[in-house]
Amino acid sequence: MRAIAEGLFTDETPPRLLGGRERATGRVVFPCPAGDSCDPVPLAREGRLWSYTVQRYRPKTPPYAGPEAFAPWIVAYVELPGEVIVEARLVGVDFGAVRIGMPVRLVPLALDPEAAEPLAIPAFAPMEGTRA
Amino acid sequence: MSDVCIVGIGIHPFGRTDGLSGLDQGVFAVRQALADAGVDWPQIQFAYGSSDAAGNPDTMVDRLGLTGVQFINVRNGCAAGGSALFSAQMAIKSGEFELGLAVGFDKHPRGAFNALPSEYNLPDWYGEAGYMVTTQFFAAKIMRYMHMFGISNETLARVAEKAFRNATHAPHAWRRQPVPIEEILAAPLVSDPYTKYMFCSPAEGGVALVLASEKKARELGKPLVRLKAATMRTRPPHSFEVFAPSVDVVADDSMPRGTATRIASADAFRLAGIGPGDIDVAQLQDTEAGAEIMHMAENGFCADGDQERWLSEGRTEIGGALPVNTDGGCLACGEPIGASGLRQVYENVVQLRGDGGGRQVPGHKRGSGPKTAYSHVYGAPGVSAVTILER
Repeated sequence: MRAIAEGLFTDETPPRLLGGRERATGRVVFPCPAGDSCDPVPLAREGRLWSYTVQRYRPKTPPYAGPEAFAPWIVAYVELPGEVIVEARLVGVDFGAVRIGMPVRLVPLALDPEAAEPLAIPAFAPMEGTRA
Repeated sequence: MSDVCIVGIGIHPFGRTDGLSGLDQGVFAVRQALADAGVDWPQIQFAYGSSDAAGNPDTMVDRLGLTGVQFINVRNGCAAGGSALFSAQMAIKSGEFELGLAVGFDKHPRGAFNALPSEYNLPDWYGEAGYMVTTQFFAAKIMRYMHMFGISNETLARVAEKAFRNATHAPHAWRRQPVPIEEILAAPLVSDPYTKYMFCSPAEGGVALVLASEKKARELGKPLVRLKAATMRTRPPHSFEVFAPSVDVVADDSMPRGTATRIASADAFRLAGIGPGDIDVAQLQDTEAGAEIMHMAENGFCADGDQERWLSEGRTEIGGALPVNTDGGCLACGEPIGASGLRQVYENVVQLRGDGGGRQVPGHKRGSGPKTAYSHVYGAPGVSAVTILER
């Protein structure tokens, strides 16, 4: 599956997210900004849920490019220890079972699985056999 | 240095006014404020105008009179009105002018604000993936705050219930029908944990304030409502803001992070020479119910987590120890970005003059009505403006 934008994921299998480490300060950001202020840095695949909400209505198009048929999805902030907190989808868990602090792992997700050529966006899922 | 005084106030009712442009609503407010101050447009020496989506404020000289007046436009997100007011008071404090105007108006389309990534220096994919939605940020911020400090959904609902109930007494408010707590909690979710009653809606409205030097205010014979502090500040490092694809990790994440609000508030109290305990009435940005909760702490009025008790004890009711959002705030008035910050100051002047009618704060702290009033706005991407008034 092709990524929704270049420079978001590493080329390896399974992929990691690509952040940017600011040359001047060492601070890690996501995504890696264009230009030469940051060096690309692969981010940890596993982290913990920092906060979240559920998007209950279809965002306006443009800019939203998800499927016409809308089902609510989770917006998550995931803390990758010692690196950065990234915004991504959270999948594979009932809305009522989401807990801040739960361990999660990167699982790239198709923005529109029905599309002729689905595009991958960053997403995480709870790690099996673990508890928050 | 002599104080800057607010000598005239005007407002066009908030909500939806079909057939009237945002600028028209601003002009309506200016005329009302001039009449309230007892001055004519040609006496106005300068103006600062704020609007986010309803055109250039300075074009209103067409309607008000081509006097050649200095008129500067301000666009500063949700802090636009506060920024206009800050600039106006500086113009008087500097000694350059004695009488001027701060005006704010707006008119937004129905539905959520529709932001584009390019306007915020973000990549296109961020919008395509569905993240250019302000409500997501507000919901994620309170979700973490509730987790950290034990704030309940009921407390969020109490904030919204109070807003609509207070607004029944505010002629300029939009949503003026009380809504029971049970109905607020049972309403459809927009972005968890918020139901539809817990978010404000983009709206329309206009507000104008006439400002004068103390000397000029005395000449006009107006009651002296003094602007003791007006601050506008931007965010510190590591803050969590709207439209953030990433947030910094910090060594100790067990307390709320620094915000523009904390900086603007601390500086305003320092300038005014008083503390949070000295405030008799406060208008705190409540674009969603949890914002009022978090802003109570960020502005220094209570400790994190105490809001649960404050709300259940009614401490922020009009008759409580610190009445908050006496006109129903953004939840009941809606959010015309350019006007909201000035609406708060309008409401505070009404309260300090004792003109609040059914929503008047008794001011039992010191007897004869409130003496001090506080206003606060917060906006994207991490801006805040605070004012402290005193009579």
